[in-house]
Amino acid sequence: MPSNPEGQSNTPKPTWPEQYRELAQQAKSPLLKAFYEAGCVDPDMPMSDVPLVALDFETTGLDPNEHSIVSVGLVPFTLGGIQLGRCWHQVVRPQLPLHQTSIEVHGITHSDIDKAPDLNEVLDKLFSYLNGRIPVVHYRDIERPFLNVALQWRLGEGIRFPVIDTMAIEAHLHPDRRPTRWQRLLGKKPVSIRLADSRQRYGLPHYASHNALIDAIGTAELLQAQIHHHFGPNTPVKDLWL
Amino acid sequence: MQAELIDIRNHMAQYPPFDEMPEELMDQVVGGVEVEYFRAGTQILEFGQDNTWLYYIRSGAVEIFRRSGELYNRIGEGDIFGQFGLLMNKTVRFPAKALEDTLVYRIPEATFQYLFENDDGFADFVETEDRSRLRSALSRREKSNDLMTSKVTRLIARTPVSAPCTVRLQEAARIMTDQGVSALLLMDESGEHPILKGIITDRDLRTRAVTEALPSETPISDIMSEGLITIRASAYIFEAMLMMLHNNVHHLPVMDKDEVRGVIALSDIVKYESQSSLYLVSNIYHQNDVKGLKKISRDVPDTFVRMVNEDANSHMIGSAMAGIGRSFTQRLLELGEEKLGPPPIPYCFMALGSMARDEQLVVTDQDNAMILDDSFVPEEHDEYFLALAKFVSDGLAECGYTYCTGEIMATNPKWRQPLRVWKGYFTDWIENPKAEALLNSNIFFDLDGIHGNTGFAEELKALVAEKASHSQRFLTLLARNALNRTPPLGFFRTFVLEEDGQHRKTFNLKRRGTAPLSDLIRVHALACGSRAQNSFERLKVIGQTKLLLEDDLGNLRDALEFISIVRIRHQALAIEDGRKPDNNVRPEDLSPFERSHLKDAFQVVSNAQKFLRFRYNAQVGRNAQ
Repeated sequence: MPSNPEGQSNTPKPTWPEQYRELAQQAKSPLLKAFYEAGCVDPDMPMSDVPLVALDFETTGLDPNEHSIVSVGLVPFTLGGIQLGRCWHQVVRPQLPLHQTSIEVHGITHSDIDKAPDLNEVLDKLFSYLNGRIPVVHYRDIERPFLNVALQWRLGEGIRFPVIDTMAIEAHLHPDRRPTRWQRLLGKKPVSIRLADSRQRYGLPHYASHNALIDAIGTAELLQAQIHHHFGPNTPVKDLWL
Repeated sequence: MQAELIDIRNHMAQYPPFDEMPEELMDQVVGGVEVEYFRAGTQILEFGQDNTWLYYIRSGAVEIFRRSGELYNRIGEGDIFGQFGLLMNKTVRFPAKALEDTLVYRIPEATFQYLFENDDGFADFVETEDRSRLRSALSRREKSNDLMTSKVTRLIARTPVSAPCTVRLQEAARIMTDQGVSALLLMDESGEHPILKGIITDRDLRTRAVTEALPSETPISDIMSEGLITIRASAYIFEAMLMMLHNNVHHLPVMDKDEVRGVIALSDIVKYESQSSLYLVSNIYHQNDVKGLKKISRDVPDTFVRMVNEDANSHMIGSAMAGIGRSFTQRLLELGEEKLGPPPIPYCFMALGSMARDEQLVVTDQDNAMILDDSFVPEEHDEYFLALAKFVSDGLAECGYTYCTGEIMATNPKWRQPLRVWKGYFTDWIENPKAEALLNSNIFFDLDGIHGNTGFAEELKALVAEKASHSQRFLTLLARNALNRTPPLGFFRTFVLEEDGQHRKTFNLKRRGTAPLSDLIRVHALACGSRAQNSFERLKVIGQTKLLLEDDLGNLRDALEFISIVRIRHQALAIEDGRKPDNNVRPEDLSPFERSHLKDAFQVVSNAQKFLRFRYNAQVGRNAQ
């Protein structure tokens, strides 16, 4: 997996810690400045030592430019333990109207939303969890872009950070996910890399409810399992982040 | 506690001691939890290590050991461990190891102490070890039918007991007694790493050492069994069961690459699953007369249905049912030998057809034969072997294995002959083949020695493997015979149904499905000199040659599995409904899924037959006599 973020082509790409130092200089918002100043772990740090935070957003859709964040769930963790006592779940008021379909998915109703604060009001709390930790998500095209767009609107500047994507890891482990017609006929299903299905492959339990927090915890557990099965605790973080 | 963590609280609240705890207290417990994942085989707690957590198993299974390394308990979902150390001086008293991939919730010591002082139910629970043991025994019983999904490692009760294979008889016996084991592994320690060389069991000591009055200094290597049958650690209990059934061994070393993880015994599996086919098998060997055998033969259909319901595949079911049939036959032979006295000359009792192929189902007749030693003198010996053959054949009929209508049984003098005559039969079939004669002798090309000097049967297999591939004419005729029965597919992929007789409006899944498939697989297997008998095994061997394309092999394997499993389910349904199981299926009794895929599978059979015709030049009318 690439260890460097997307960026300039010719000159050697700056490492994430270097980018953080640079971005800390440029950032105008005190929140973002503090975030970058808290620093990024050394790319060679073994996974066993890396402070992590599993992050999950429920959103009104898939496009960060058209849809909004509805709820945030997160839990700080390390390879050695997920601290349930420090987890956080927050419903936030989306900028755009809530569609009937997303109500069905998340079980978040209009009355929950009406009472909810805007994301702006809980940014301090959100960053208190993010500072100094590497975010872990299942499917990297949601949390990072949505947060980036939400901050551009609210703070006038976006955010950059590396993520570890448990879905990308599963995709990497199962390059041939599609069975042949005959295999399908005998009941062989395609290998699904959705969170619940991926968890099942590691003997992780099924969670009945679905909310941003349970999914964040589920993602954290999945990463622990993936590392113990396929990588080992000494794997440098740069091998996994994207 | 965050309301979103309710899943986690609800899980814990199902199990004691948390089931009677007030909600506020539970919220506090959950708020302190740290979650950690352990891969199967990881040591979670080492003896004497500091520990400040109580462990709750959210999923998976954990083994708890005594200080001595002996297994103390095996616990699973909803069980706790680590409490004894917390109660003593915060050091681990009972080491713990993840048996399966395990997710634990760790509860900090401060919470543990708080609960211990403020919740009487909790205090009672963690102080009483017996209750948790009883409960884990119960939960084990609830889970007892998952032979298909539990790994053999679950049955390993202790670290393996071994000795160098240079020890003497007496020393080996002493080690076994001291360690309380029924089998001792013998290692070759001459190289850099010890290598598993042999095994000696209680039974071996009795039959080979004591009855022969061997001196106590006899090297153990003189009497140990070598060429061991072992099983890999990642195998399912079911596979271990099939291995024991097929090879008639009662101990299996469990191997992790070259390293022995432990030994499992037949009795371990029977203890684990008292309803399994192995239980039936071990029961067969405990019967002392035909009446007893007949009585337990009534359990065979239930065992079959249970395996179907547990989603066993056709290979598993076929092997297990063949193993059961073989065990009935073997026990009857033992009883017959007891009654008639020991055999006057060596002999081998041979299973033919589906039993030899490990593809037996519940509706089956007996196909067997006897190979006698070449010192056979009919006037002197045949009275004995006829009586034995008759005893076994009648006994099998009592147990539900009906007489073979084609008279392919050891009671028929033609199929009770010395080895040299058998070699003559096979040589003649292969070298001077005649279509008509081959049709009747087809069944002899699936053979397996199941009792007595099975080396005789191996000699015949070797002869077939060597000669068959060289006789083009034999393969051509065999291929032509394999084309006699076609799959029931008509124009536009409609099913062709029987037009008359008692099975009108049905098609026969055996005659038009599995039988043509196993026939054509046999032809290819013989053409590439394979000694395998089972159709799936034969496909594997064919795959090592370039006879068939990888895709075609896969299609054949899948078609065989699909038709077999539909046939098996059809029979299991009949048994459950109290009807007599058969092979005749009405299309309307199949689900649309089964109907559509059966057609696909039959199409594979049809294409494979076309290839067979082409490959062996087997057009009817050409080369015919």
